[in-house]
Amino acid sequence: MDFGVMQSYLPLFVDALWLTMRIGWEGIVLAILIGLLCVIIIHLRIPVLRHIVTIYIEVFRNTPLLIQLFFIYFALPKIGIRLSPEFCGVLGLALLGGAYMTESFRSGLDNIAAIQTDSALSLGMTRWQTIIHVILPQAVRSSIPGLMANLIFLLKETSVFSTISLMDLMFTAKDLIGMYAKTIECLTLLVIFYLIMLLPVSLIGRVVERRMRYAEFGD
Amino acid sequence: MQSLGIDVLLKGTNMVRLLGGLWVAVRISLISVAISIVFGVVMGVIMASKNRVAEAICHVYLEIVRIMPQMVLLFIVYFGTTRVFGINISAELSAIIVFSFWGIAEMGDLVRGALQSVPVVQYESARALGMNDYVLYTQVILPQTIRRMIPLSINLITRMIKTTSLVMMIGIVEVLKVAQQIIEANRKTSPNAAFGVFLIVMLMYFIICFPISRLSMDLEKRWSQN
Amino acid sequence: MSETLLTINNLHKTFGEKVVLDDISLEVHKGEVIVVIGPSGCGKSTFLRCINALEDIQGGEVLLDGEKVRKDAKNISQMRQRIGMVFQSYDLFPHKTVLQNITLAPIKVQKRDKKDAEKEALELLKKVGLEDRGNDYPRQLSGGQKQRVAIVRALCMHPEILLLDEITAALDPEMVREVLDVVLNLAKQGSTMLIVTHEMAFARAIADRVIFLENGVIVEESANPEEFFEKPETERAAKFLKTFEFERE
Repeated sequence: MDFGVMQSYLPLFVDALWLTMRIGWEGIVLAILIGLLCVIIIHLRIPVLRHIVTIYIEVFRNTPLLIQLFFIYFALPKIGIRLSPEFCGVLGLALLGGAYMTESFRSGLDNIAAIQTDSALSLGMTRWQTIIHVILPQAVRSSIPGLMANLIFLLKETSVFSTISLMDLMFTAKDLIGMYAKTIECLTLLVIFYLIMLLPVSLIGRVVERRMRYAEFGD
Repeated sequence: MQSLGIDVLLKGTNMVRLLGGLWVAVRISLISVAISIVFGVVMGVIMASKNRVAEAICHVYLEIVRIMPQMVLLFIVYFGTTRVFGINISAELSAIIVFSFWGIAEMGDLVRGALQSVPVVQYESARALGMNDYVLYTQVILPQTIRRMIPLSINLITRMIKTTSLVMMIGIVEVLKVAQQIIEANRKTSPNAAFGVFLIVMLMYFIICFPISRLSMDLEKRWSQN
Repeated sequence: MSETLLTINNLHKTFGEKVVLDDISLEVHKGEVIVVIGPSGCGKSTFLRCINALEDIQGGEVLLDGEKVRKDAKNISQMRQRIGMVFQSYDLFPHKTVLQNITLAPIKVQKRDKKDAEKEALELLKKVGLEDRGNDYPRQLSGGQKQRVAIVRALCMHPEILLLDEITAALDPEMVREVLDVVLNLAKQGSTMLIVTHEMAFARAIADRVIFLENGVIVEESANPEEFFEKPETERAAKFLKTFEFERE
């Protein structure tokens, strides 16, 4: 292994990591917001909207991110919608993630007994107050494990961004291999940088999950 | 208004080629799932057996699978092994190796979870009724674990199929690659083909994955009730 | 007779084809304690849930001080604030401390000052012997303690009437007493209550009036609980009360 080569590649990988993380987190924050919005729509059984949400979830959960990205990046311009690669990346991740987040929140919501709503209502709370103060905090907490899994899943999925010419980690590695054929060095750097990005998230995820589970709900 | 390219698929053998590409993706996932189930069960039993060393190794293995993107693994196996060991493995074999590596870990974890989810009191009451180990496992424990596992393993199939779209990155001509080729070939006559063709590919994935994930969900719901 | 607080006129409730409550009428007077008894599935709990408009009703009306209580009415939140309810299962909010459980609705719904609400909550907690558990989470409490907190939570809203839905049914036997003592105290202080229970001795001690409900209809109503439990007028009530006695032949 040629460490000199690896060192010279380092700045490129740092840039790529930065881009990957930025798009990743932007997409994930949006995904969480989409998920919350969708789960409220489903929970309140808002007519029409809830059918749209259901279709959206099924489509995005049952097709690969790669084809979703291709569609957004290559197909939408054909009907006049032209977006920058970076925006496509964020959008693709947010839409895919939103579908998964909705599912996690929904299963969190399903874990809350109906009696919780009843007792909040019987205290004179409105539907909104019940959702904000009683249902949502519990739902978010009980969906933490699912949320954490989604987080890692989505950060991993960023590896397909290279296909729409975003200069992420994967793109950089592929590009350098193609140009200089230093395969081993590039692959090693690739693994190291994904570890840098994902290992902390995975570890923090485990800690948070454990804390949430034992500190708040003992029974 | 120019055509949005669905007509391109009706030309010549284009549709057949696309379906052929889809079959490549499905074939890779089915082979990988089969391997995953067999070795996943073995791994699950080992993990549930509470052997410290085995447990530690399995944990490291699970963590690798948990955080390494499949695409990175594909690159390592396809490009890396050639470099390091000088062996040339085909792209399809690389894909099967990577997906099995991933699937075995997931299945193993599922099997372990299912085995450990059976409450201790089930073992105790079976023993209190005088059952021996054979009857205990075949009549009481396994039926309960299998019911938990089947929906989740079906779910793994759809995830595998979706992830196979990545194999085009190591040069396998699967459905997405065929789609690109078709779009490229018809660039002159039908410049907007990307829209129609990618839409159809998306639909194909949906038609395959949706019923499978529905089945998995229904089974899970039905079996968790009793 | 003191003034009427709650009036139920010809209440009719169905679940699909099944008639759960059939033409129930009842008047509850201020300061009165009414106990509803009857076999499981007779509609007792549904009856209470209808009064608090937690269920759709198919006929009749519920009036609190002459004002209609309706599920889809604009003022339903105000009406529910005036009707306190405690459920069978421990329905405390698991993500909030005891004190937060009690003060959540006073602060958010009644917009009361946080300090005042907390002060009152602590006073009420003291009355039920839980003054030192304010910062605990529900999971740290026993069933009986949780149920006492649930009662305090309802009381802190200053309801005009309290609905208690089998509040001891899910408790271990040794915890039933501590909860029922709290309710007995409330009765002594003149609270208006509508109680659904399976504890016959308790019912007999606390009731001003007993209502025996079966298959969604009021079979027997008695303003003299002693007499009702000794010698019920209807055969069906007698048969029901008999199930609580044991004999070895």
